[in-house]
Amino acid sequence: MSSSDDRESILSRVRGALAPLHERAAMPDYTTELAVMRQMMGSRDLLTVFAERMALANGIVLTEPTALVARLRENKWLHGYCDPVLWPSLAAYFGADFKVETTYDRKRVDDYAFGLTRAAGAIAETGTIVLNDATTSRRLGALTPWVHIAVVERAKIFSDLPEAVAGLGHDNNVIWVTGPSKTADVEGILIEGVHGPGIQIALVV
Amino acid sequence: MKFQQIDQFAAELKADTRAAVYDGSKKGHEKRTKLLFDEYADPDRLRHIAGEVKQHVVENLDTYLPQVEAKLKANGVIVHWAATAEAANQAVLGIMRARGATKMVKAKTMVSEETELAHFLEKHGMEALETDLGEFIVQIDGDHPSHIVKPIIHKNRREIATSFEKNGLGAYNDDPQTITRRARNFLRHKYLEADVGLTGANFVSAESGRLVLVTNEGNSRFCLAATKCHIAMVGIEKIVPRDYDLALFLNLLARSGTAQELTVYTEFISGPKSPTQPDGPEEMHVIFVDNGRTEVLASDCRDILRCIRCGACLNVCPVYRQASGHAYRSVYPGPVGAVLSPLMMGDKFPQKADLPKASSLCGACNEVCPVNIPIPDLLLRLRNRAKEENVPSPGTPPMGAWALLASQPTAWRASLFGGKIINYLPTKLLPIPALRAWEAKRSLPVWRGGEFRKWLKNRPPGKSSA
Ligand code: SF4
Repeated sequence: MSSSDDRESILSRVRGALAPLHERAAMPDYTTELAVMRQMMGSRDLLTVFAERMALANGIVLTEPTALVARLRENKWLHGYCDPVLWPSLAAYFGADFKVETTYDRKRVDDYAFGLTRAAGAIAETGTIVLNDATTSRRLGALTPWVHIAVVERAKIFSDLPEAVAGLGHDNNVIWVTGPSKTADVEGILIEGVHGPGIQIALVV
Repeated sequence: MKFQQIDQFAAELKADTRAAVYDGSKKGHEKRTKLLFDEYADPDRLRHIAGEVKQHVVENLDTYLPQVEAKLKANGVIVHWAATAEAANQAVLGIMRARGATKMVKAKTMVSEETELAHFLEKHGMEALETDLGEFIVQIDGDHPSHIVKPIIHKNRREIATSFEKNGLGAYNDDPQTITRRARNFLRHKYLEADVGLTGANFVSAESGRLVLVTNEGNSRFCLAATKCHIAMVGIEKIVPRDYDLALFLNLLARSGTAQELTVYTEFISGPKSPTQPDGPEEMHVIFVDNGRTEVLASDCRDILRCIRCGACLNVCPVYRQASGHAYRSVYPGPVGAVLSPLMMGDKFPQKADLPKASSLCGACNEVCPVNIPIPDLLLRLRNRAKEENVPSPGTPPMGAWALLASQPTAWRASLFGGKIINYLPTKLLPIPALRAWEAKRSLPVWRGGEFRKWLKNRPPGKSSA
């Protein structure tokens, strides 16, 4: 059977299965306020909440490029990839001990200790970074290095999930990242850095 | 009383396995409860609304399916339909062959477990590698997942370390961190060599055609960053009406499943990669899979199609905790599986008709379910169906004689009195297997039949509360 035969057979079985129903369940009327965590925001500003929530998800929030560079150096994460759009404004902070490439070579995936790319925004309620195709220079550059640094613009922090969903926009690929990649598959023990970054940093500017 | 069938399957599992499942599932449940009830003013309302939204979708699939198909096509996605597991697998194989592809990396998808896609592709000369850590371990072990969210809940680190060693992934080391790093190093090169990335979808928005995928490890993101072709296998019931509804479901899914506010990666994919993006699929396929779902839709148990596969009902179920996943002999274990698995068998319903009986009907599954599925009611309906279809029911003692006695007052009275004889009989020696099985673990109480009636008859008259 071809896919189009299967299409007809599935749809006709669906119609047949639903035909005996006298009434179909109606769509409930609700507002997404229902799905917002209580007392999360209060009167606090979005950045404060975002930083607190991201820390709870084991992410790191920094607001100064010097702090970022110091942390990278301290951990000997000296070789990395950086979005070519960002590099001109950040280059001055990095010393000569760093090797930063603005092109990403997938054949040398293990060479990059860190990847620096732009975020499309963030979500305060959950401490989430929002990435998309338009702002991420390379999907691989934001994923394969042990450390990912997303540059988040302060003005682009959504307050909660409903707001972030409403702001998905037209990008074909939006991804919300909440903390480092992790698993608890082995005996329920939490291990970070499974396939994606083991260290997730937001540099808020 | 004899053991039920599920007990026999469970008895074949190792004690280690059952202990691991018991602990793992219990922990998951306790965390979930705290998270939901601390953070929301009215978490129960959240569940009810989510249930109503999905019930609406299920009962209007005839409208939503063509709608979502049109949207996907407009987004540049190639849409396929597969009535059976075989058709779904063939569709994947066809796509791979047309591209000259030979290597697939797979994220976790329950539909591909249903269709046994990886086996099928391997038989046809393709490489199909599981990338979710748990699924990867299951694959190199030739095992089966035992939980829909935590596939290796039944394994301990020593078993995993042994199979890593056997498969050339380094000398024996059972430190979970080392195990994870080894898998990371091995798999990242596999992603980069692969031609095709396969995923499922947790939700599909009919309004925008967005597929929503959630993972913690980042494996589906890697599949979609490294390969040039994305294939998504999607059950026909995965639709939500609008993007607006996604916030509601995302809030519930991770909390119910793994007691997280959100999973680490939540992806919204509405087509191939953007033209300016160097990494990712240039081509995207969605295969809508029926594989028994329309059977479920036609039954009086269609509510189970609301399920968002969170796994909460497994974690909370006393039977699942004791029996563990494999005893259910199905892709879907636990309470959801006890309903879904027999129904999806179609004509072969009798083969799994014992599963609905593997429940004490305590109702815990219904209480935790983020889409409020009345699982105990559905289990009763299926028990009834098994009875109506005269499915043989080994393990259930015959109740005919009891029914006859209970409907005749004189006979009942006589039997209450006559039952005393059992106190004097060597019950262990009686040729009644059901009784012997019961006595193997317990002893019968002393028969006191008729005592209440005697008391009632002889009590001083006048006082009702005496
Ligand atoms: S039946 Fe409900 S609780 Fe069980 S897996 Fe499905 S959605 Fe979760």
